[in-house]
Amino acid sequence: MAGDAIISVRGIRNQFGRQVIHDGLDLDIRRGEVLGIVGGSGTGKSVLLRTILGLNKPVAGRIEVFGHVRGEMTEAQERAVERRWGVLFQDGALFSSLTVAQNVQVALREHLDMPQYLMDEIAAVKIALAGLPPEAGPKYPSELSGGMRKRAGLARALALDPEVLFLDEPTAGLDPIGAAAFDDLIADLQATLGLTVFMVTHDLDSLYAICDRIAVLAEKRVLVTGTIDEMAAQAHPWIREYFHGPRGRVAVAARDRNAAGLNTKGES
Amino acid sequence: MSDQAVQARAWLEVADEAQSLTLRACGDWIVAHAAAIESELRSLDMYGREAVTLDLSGLARLDTAGAWLIHRTRRSFERAGAKVTIAGAIHTHETLLAAVARGDKQLAAEDPPDGPLLQIVIRMGRALHEAGKTTRAIVAFLGLVLETLLRTLANPRRLRVTSTAYHMEQAGLNAVPIVCMITFLIGAVMAYQGAEQLKRFGAEVFAVNLLAAGFLREIGILLTAIMVAGRSGSAFTAQIGSMKLREEIDAMRTMGLDPVEVLVLPRVIALVLMVPVLGFIASMMGLLGGGLVLWLELGMSPAMYVERLHAAAEFWDGAVAFVKAPFFGLMIALIGCFEGLKVSGSAESVGQRTTASVVEGIFTVIVVDAVFSILFLKLGI
Repeated sequence: MAGDAIISVRGIRNQFGRQVIHDGLDLDIRRGEVLGIVGGSGTGKSVLLRTILGLNKPVAGRIEVFGHVRGEMTEAQERAVERRWGVLFQDGALFSSLTVAQNVQVALREHLDMPQYLMDEIAAVKIALAGLPPEAGPKYPSELSGGMRKRAGLARALALDPEVLFLDEPTAGLDPIGAAAFDDLIADLQATLGLTVFMVTHDLDSLYAICDRIAVLAEKRVLVTGTIDEMAAQAHPWIREYFHGPRGRVAVAARDRNAAGLNTKGES
Repeated sequence: MSDQAVQARAWLEVADEAQSLTLRACGDWIVAHAAAIESELRSLDMYGREAVTLDLSGLARLDTAGAWLIHRTRRSFERAGAKVTIAGAIHTHETLLAAVARGDKQLAAEDPPDGPLLQIVIRMGRALHEAGKTTRAIVAFLGLVLETLLRTLANPRRLRVTSTAYHMEQAGLNAVPIVCMITFLIGAVMAYQGAEQLKRFGAEVFAVNLLAAGFLREIGILLTAIMVAGRSGSAFTAQIGSMKLREEIDAMRTMGLDPVEVLVLPRVIALVLMVPVLGFIASMMGLLGGGLVLWLELGMSPAMYVERLHAAAEFWDGAVAFVKAPFFGLMIALIGCFEGLKVSGSAESVGQRTTASVVEGIFTVIVVDAVFSILFLKLGI
């Protein structure tokens, strides 16, 4: 299964006024993988995400999603594609006038014809899958903490059982324990639901914990892609700085500690 | 998985042998077909079964919605006293079923709605209670602003001159064209309608008195105040409200800045100064519009019109408006800022508060106007 690209991006050029963000950017997202996108501030990680989602039209380049080329799809095909992915925006982007349960039901109500009690049941399952307590269902987004808003956003992204999940800095603004729990949740959901995950992140721990592959955005394109160990062997100065800087070393140590802990448990 | 796969159906094969029942799930048990499968499952007879087998070997695809339906069917049969076995499940089905089973928790329900009659009473009571609370809070806020004003007057260097001038421009100068236009038209309409009615008594020239008393005393300033409440009161609420949402007000407090001094006072001073000016312009434009109609319709020359105005209007007719105007400005700015500071939580709140600000602003202006009318009546002015 791994290996076939369900989304492929070729020669993307993004430009705002005279400022060129991307130039000749290529990237493949393969079925079933967790792909992490890293890059310095202003390298256009979020712009890339928005471009793939169709929220931002590139100046040049070709984007293929689920075998359809962007710009050559009919309206109906576009709707069908949108049903096959879910997006978690940075702060959840929950609709503030709806409760959490209603937020989850928006896509169900819009795309499918099902009785209210069934929507309630499905919403309850998604809310539980996202790790929220049942009490969160009738609450409004403004009554939730930042971490809970992200989980509610995740529940909403999962409403239609998407094949691909896009996450924009999922652990930003969470405390380390909350961030680790969120990483676990995503890994768990990915394994259970067979998701493909596209994740923009700054969090080195997330990269080490759950990403199968990492793409580094620099010099207006995807500089390299590969596993975390391949990244560590790269000679490019920015990548070296990123993965071998003080924070990178701490994340490696944490991963090694975890691996050692698991091994000893296995032996005993 | 192409688009055709989405179109493919999901179905249920039922093998019913007295006590034992075999349900074979076939096709795509995904969210798109959930409603159809659910109604099929609902039609099954749950009771009187000893053994039920759920056969998943015919499934092409399964997602959480499908898994939930399988889990729920198993649960209902088990509750009805049957022994349920799941057959033909592959590994991914099992993980999904386990995950869904973990999520089998009833969502906390929203409070059930009260009866319609009770709701009306509750809403009326709540609205009344809220109105009382808001009035008290606005009076308290008025006190706070006046206290801050006195403190600032004692130390005038604390006054934000730039900000005050900016708001005077925004709420005053920029409002001049629209205020002129509206009062000019209303003046023309009043003169025309007044002259029409008075014509029956052959007294159409007294339309001038109508204009003088109406515009100088009431309509000019009242229209201005309503315009300002809709135009600037709402703007104040939205500005301060979105600052509140982005925690700018909190940031201000932590840096030792007083939001009342920085945000509220310049706006209050700007309106207290500008509403009288706008009111004066409004009255003049109203008289101009009325005069024009009288000239064109009745052939009353401008010189005659001015002379009649002199005869009809007393000093106090004009002065009354200038006594009231600063109070209108004060109340509009006060309510605009007060509602802005009350914004909390979401963007929706900004909308609600802005509406409240305009409604309360106009209401208060009219109440203050009525109070002044009684006062002037008692004073014989």
